[in-house]
Amino acid sequence: MPLALDIALTHLLTRKRQTAVSMLGVAMGVGFAIAMAGMMEGFQNYFVSKVIDVTPHITMKDEFRNPPAQPAAMRFGHGALALHGLRPRDELRGIRRAQSIVSSLARRDGLAIAPSLEGQVFLRYGSKDVGASLIGIEPDRQRLVSNLENDLTVGSLDALKTSANGLIIGYDLARKLGVKMRDTVTAVSPAGVILKMKIVGIFRTGLINLDGGVAYALLKKVQVLQKRINVVNQITMRLKDPDAAGKVAAAIERRFRYRTESWQEANEGVLGVFVIQHAIMYATTGAILVVACFGIFNVISTIIFEKTRDIAILKSMGFEESDIRSIFLIEGLAVGILGSLLGWALGYGLLQLLGSVKFNVESFVKLEGFVLHSTWVHYAIGTVAAMASAAFAAYLPARKAARLRPVDIIRGAA
Amino acid sequence: MTTPVLETRGVTRVLPGVIPVTLVRDVNLAIGQGEFVSIVGPSGSGKSSLLYLLGLLDVPSEGELYLQGRDTSTLDEHELAHLRLEKLGFVFQFHFLLPEFDALTNIMVPMRRLGKMNHRAMRERARGLLADFGLEDAADKRPGQLSGGMRQRVAVARALANDPLVILADEPTGNLDQKSGRNVFDIFEGLVDTMGTTVIAVTHDEHLSALTQRRITIVDGVIDADHKVNSGPARPGEPPRPELEI
Repeated sequence: MPLALDIALTHLLTRKRQTAVSMLGVAMGVGFAIAMAGMMEGFQNYFVSKVIDVTPHITMKDEFRNPPAQPAAMRFGHGALALHGLRPRDELRGIRRAQSIVSSLARRDGLAIAPSLEGQVFLRYGSKDVGASLIGIEPDRQRLVSNLENDLTVGSLDALKTSANGLIIGYDLARKLGVKMRDTVTAVSPAGVILKMKIVGIFRTGLINLDGGVAYALLKKVQVLQKRINVVNQITMRLKDPDAAGKVAAAIERRFRYRTESWQEANEGVLGVFVIQHAIMYATTGAILVVACFGIFNVISTIIFEKTRDIAILKSMGFEESDIRSIFLIEGLAVGILGSLLGWALGYGLLQLLGSVKFNVESFVKLEGFVLHSTWVHYAIGTVAAMASAAFAAYLPARKAARLRPVDIIRGAA
Repeated sequence: MTTPVLETRGVTRVLPGVIPVTLVRDVNLAIGQGEFVSIVGPSGSGKSSLLYLLGLLDVPSEGELYLQGRDTSTLDEHELAHLRLEKLGFVFQFHFLLPEFDALTNIMVPMRRLGKMNHRAMRERARGLLADFGLEDAADKRPGQLSGGMRQRVAVARALANDPLVILADEPTGNLDQKSGRNVFDIFEGLVDTMGTTVIAVTHDEHLSALTQRRITIVDGVIDADHKVNSGPARPGEPPRPELEI
């Protein structure tokens, strides 16, 4: 065994308790980092995969990002003229030439597309009135852009076509209304049309927003209900490569000018929260590691304080600054390595423990326990961070020790 | 005249500071191969400071120091450390053994740093050194389990680990009773006689200094007297003693 390693390990072994405590500090940092990262990334991945799975990847809406320019502003764009009280013309809502947009985009590779009309309705059943967003769809196209068919717990998408006024509603919405399959509810639209509709399917996606507030019916029926014959106000798309949604959406918006959102944009709020979550996670585990650093700094400093005589004799025997420095650096790194190995075990154990916890939470998505994402990357990041902080914490006292002058110590010891 | 092992020319050591302190002033010395030299003087006279300069632990502010005729003033930390490792051995008042290691391992430390032998050979040599000093039974004992005299003998054995040219001892008997102190000096004497090692020992004990061949007296950082000790055994082939410097 190299001499420096021998001396370093002996120093640590003769201070088992101090060493164990500082190792435990590192282990906590690494272990909690692994557990927290697993928990957060698990949830985030689960949410994202749910979103990608259930909701359209791209949605074109019947609105523009910017209001149309006013003729007066166009005429005197750079003039010293201020106009007040201008009112943009009310547009007839709906995507114009929707069918031609659909058929032109449908030719793109890896892109499925479906038109729909979304509008608010009241669903009435017995004494209950529940507001919901009713989406009119064409089942044959819709089947290609969403997983609705797979999410049905009872009924089928084709039943929309075969029954007169079929309605597919979300699981939680059905519970709120108290309806079951084949019950008939009354749909009332803001336009004043009333339609009796029969429940032909109930879906459950796990996304709270959808399950609790969305219903589907045939596009034609919804157009009648909303008194908007032949109007489509949403075109939804699904891509083979969901990550490309942002770029494709931007290209489509440039071409057709209608506001076109990728799933990332539609879920901006939640994804933004994830960024903050990440920041909090790294800050917390970073803080634990900083505390661990103090532990390492402390134990190495103590050893060096106790070992000034040894340092003096080693240097007088012909050890150089670098030899002394490496002895104490090795000690810090050994604490870091052993601590992070212990941290792996701790992190793994915590993940197992968290995995066994069961509970019910409904926020964004429905959860019955922690969704955990375990990857060697988390273990590696934890170890790299631990080693870096251990090296830093050991380097400062080690450098000081290396600079000790043997003569000063020998004089003092005599 | 053969080249002295250690030679100083006008060596002065001043501790810098607001009020600079002169530890050693204008020391001219030549110490030959196989000499047994004691440095004596009142406390604070600079005798230890001189020893540290001779042992390359400290660097002169002025003047030059020659080790085997080689000027050491131009050497850097790294080269000085290597010279200490290879050519010099130190014994201090405090034993300075590494407390966690047994006697055998302690003796092996300088050999392992030098790395010229394989592990087995180092172990053999360390055992041999312990045996030379009657410490066979102490091999696997840690310093805390040994008496003061034994510890100091282990420290001497460690100083000899790399077969040095010069042993530098700073009050090596300061913490020992008279008998153990005498024992250490007997060991030094044996080294000088049998191996031709040069031993330079700082002491304030007149009786022990009388056992050496040459006594250098330091007062206020300068050499006050430098003469042969009569009781020192005259040996053939010994290099000529330098004349009195002052």
